[in-house]
Amino acid sequence: MILTQFLVLGAVLFSLGIYGLLSRRNAVTVLLAVELMLAAVNINLVAFEAFWNTPAAHGQIFAIFVITIAAAEVGIGLAIILLVFRNRASGNVDELDLLKW
Amino acid sequence: MDLDYHALAPEIVVAATILLVLGLDVALPRRRKYWTAFAGVVGLTLAAVPLVTLALGGGPGARSMLGGGYVVDDFALVLKAVFIAGGYLVLLMSVSYIESDRYYQGEYYLLLLTSILGSLIMASSRDLITVFVGLELVTGPLFLLAGWRKGDARSNEASLKFFILGVLSTAVLLYGMSFLYGLTGSVTFEGIRTAGAGLLDSGAFRLAVLFTLIGFGFKITAVPFHFWAPDTYEGAPTPVTAYLSVGSKAAGFVGLLLLCYRAFPSVTEIWGPALWVLAALSMTLGNLTALRQDNIVRMLAYSSIAQGGFILVPFAAAAVTNDPLVIQEAASATIVYVIIYAFMNLGAFAVVIEGARRTGTSMIDGWAGMWRYAPRLAVLGAVFFFSLAGIPPLAGWYAKFAMFLAILRPGNPWTAALAVIAAVNAVIALVYYARVGKTMWMDPLPDGASDGERTARPMSGALALALGISVIFVILAGVLPFQLAGVFAEAAKVVTAGI
Repeated sequence: MILTQFLVLGAVLFSLGIYGLLSRRNAVTVLLAVELMLAAVNINLVAFEAFWNTPAAHGQIFAIFVITIAAAEVGIGLAIILLVFRNRASGNVDELDLLKW
Repeated sequence: MDLDYHALAPEIVVAATILLVLGLDVALPRRRKYWTAFAGVVGLTLAAVPLVTLALGGGPGARSMLGGGYVVDDFALVLKAVFIAGGYLVLLMSVSYIESDRYYQGEYYLLLLTSILGSLIMASSRDLITVFVGLELVTGPLFLLAGWRKGDARSNEASLKFFILGVLSTAVLLYGMSFLYGLTGSVTFEGIRTAGAGLLDSGAFRLAVLFTLIGFGFKITAVPFHFWAPDTYEGAPTPVTAYLSVGSKAAGFVGLLLLCYRAFPSVTEIWGPALWVLAALSMTLGNLTALRQDNIVRMLAYSSIAQGGFILVPFAAAAVTNDPLVIQEAASATIVYVIIYAFMNLGAFAVVIEGARRTGTSMIDGWAGMWRYAPRLAVLGAVFFFSLAGIPPLAGWYAKFAMFLAILRPGNPWTAALAVIAAVNAVIALVYYARVGKTMWMDPLPDGASDGERTARPMSGALALALGISVIFVILAGVLPFQLAGVFAEAAKVVTAGI
């Protein structure tokens, strides 16, 4: 099987995720960018799993854990964004300037 | 699949306590919610019992489960004891603080205990999947705890910044881990070590190692991955900040210890220089910025970044040598530093909580003349801050002593340079720690303040207990350090075995 295509796809998604995270102002979009990065991780894991093809299937188990925990993190993230939005009526990351960086 | 229930008992007790707290929170009326705190404290005390029986029982050494992915050995036991003790102190510090805040008490203890459970799992994890799950269990609840004061925009901001950088670091860490698995075909540390020895020239493997280090760099707030920490520490409720700077940081160091010593011994030329740079930057920038802070919580945030740099120093020593004894000494120095740092930093935060309650401010100037209205608190403050500075006979001196011993042992010019940087920083740190002591002991009361209004209510019993435990540990460990170090040498032997 051809492993490289999957790794390139993963690398592209990961880079897009980092770009989105650094360039977007809206907190929800930032969250989406992180999801892209985690999708890249999952593609890598599943592709490597198919490559090694071991009976223990560690790569797929790992991917399932990543998916589950990513879902939980999105829940936490949306709750926090909702809280910020309620107090400031804005979901923009660059307006968070009460605490000096 | 065989599970060793005796070895898992601490985790099972903590998990049961979490469920009990959840149930109590639903069942109890509003004014009885403090029972959830009581249940949490009792649960953590009970969780320490199986640790003692496991340590005394001995038996066939390490107990291994899940195909070698989950191991209970001396290293795991020592660090679990530290995590439980640290969690116990944070719970005690939280009781009166959270009660006076009138926020959701039950949920607070639920989340804190969940985070402690995660750190227990970290200590036992010996494969990538378990490390990842443990690390997320530690940080996930902390995102919510940092934003605990729902109506306070600063707390919201602390939480959102922590969350965004937390998930970014997780994504980077996972990307590195996916390549580690892909290149070695194994998720266990043993498997990665065996296969990694044949991948010395693989650029992808080196990159994967670097990605994992960056991911952990965020968790241990090493410069340049530290910028979330001061904001989050300042905005979060103070007991949560105490836990962040000790519990979650120690969990990060445990992960780093296991990965560097157990999974990556073949690529020391990658992680050695990387951690050298992180250590030097963290110590220098952390200390220089701490000098300029006038808010005590923010000062402690930068101080904890600098202390993180000191904890990283022995890694650089272990990377330049092949002598197993020197490597073991380096691992032992890191473990000892983490443990002593945990107690003295928690003590310092307990003093900050009580001092902020008395004076109504966390600005250092507002604490002037504290010895006049709160002499005992001023003494405790001096003890913890001087211990952080590393003044004998308080525990901090031994942490720094072990660190310097480890870094000077290899006799390599690079490690000697790092030792010089560490020595200069130890002096800089003394300046701002001593300034707090000077403000409390020598400065006159701030204008318009009288002794009377600041003696108001006495300290809560739980906070006093937390202060008592930490001060006893800090003094005992400072007076009898070599007995303490003997206990940790066993743990270091386990983590460096097979290098």
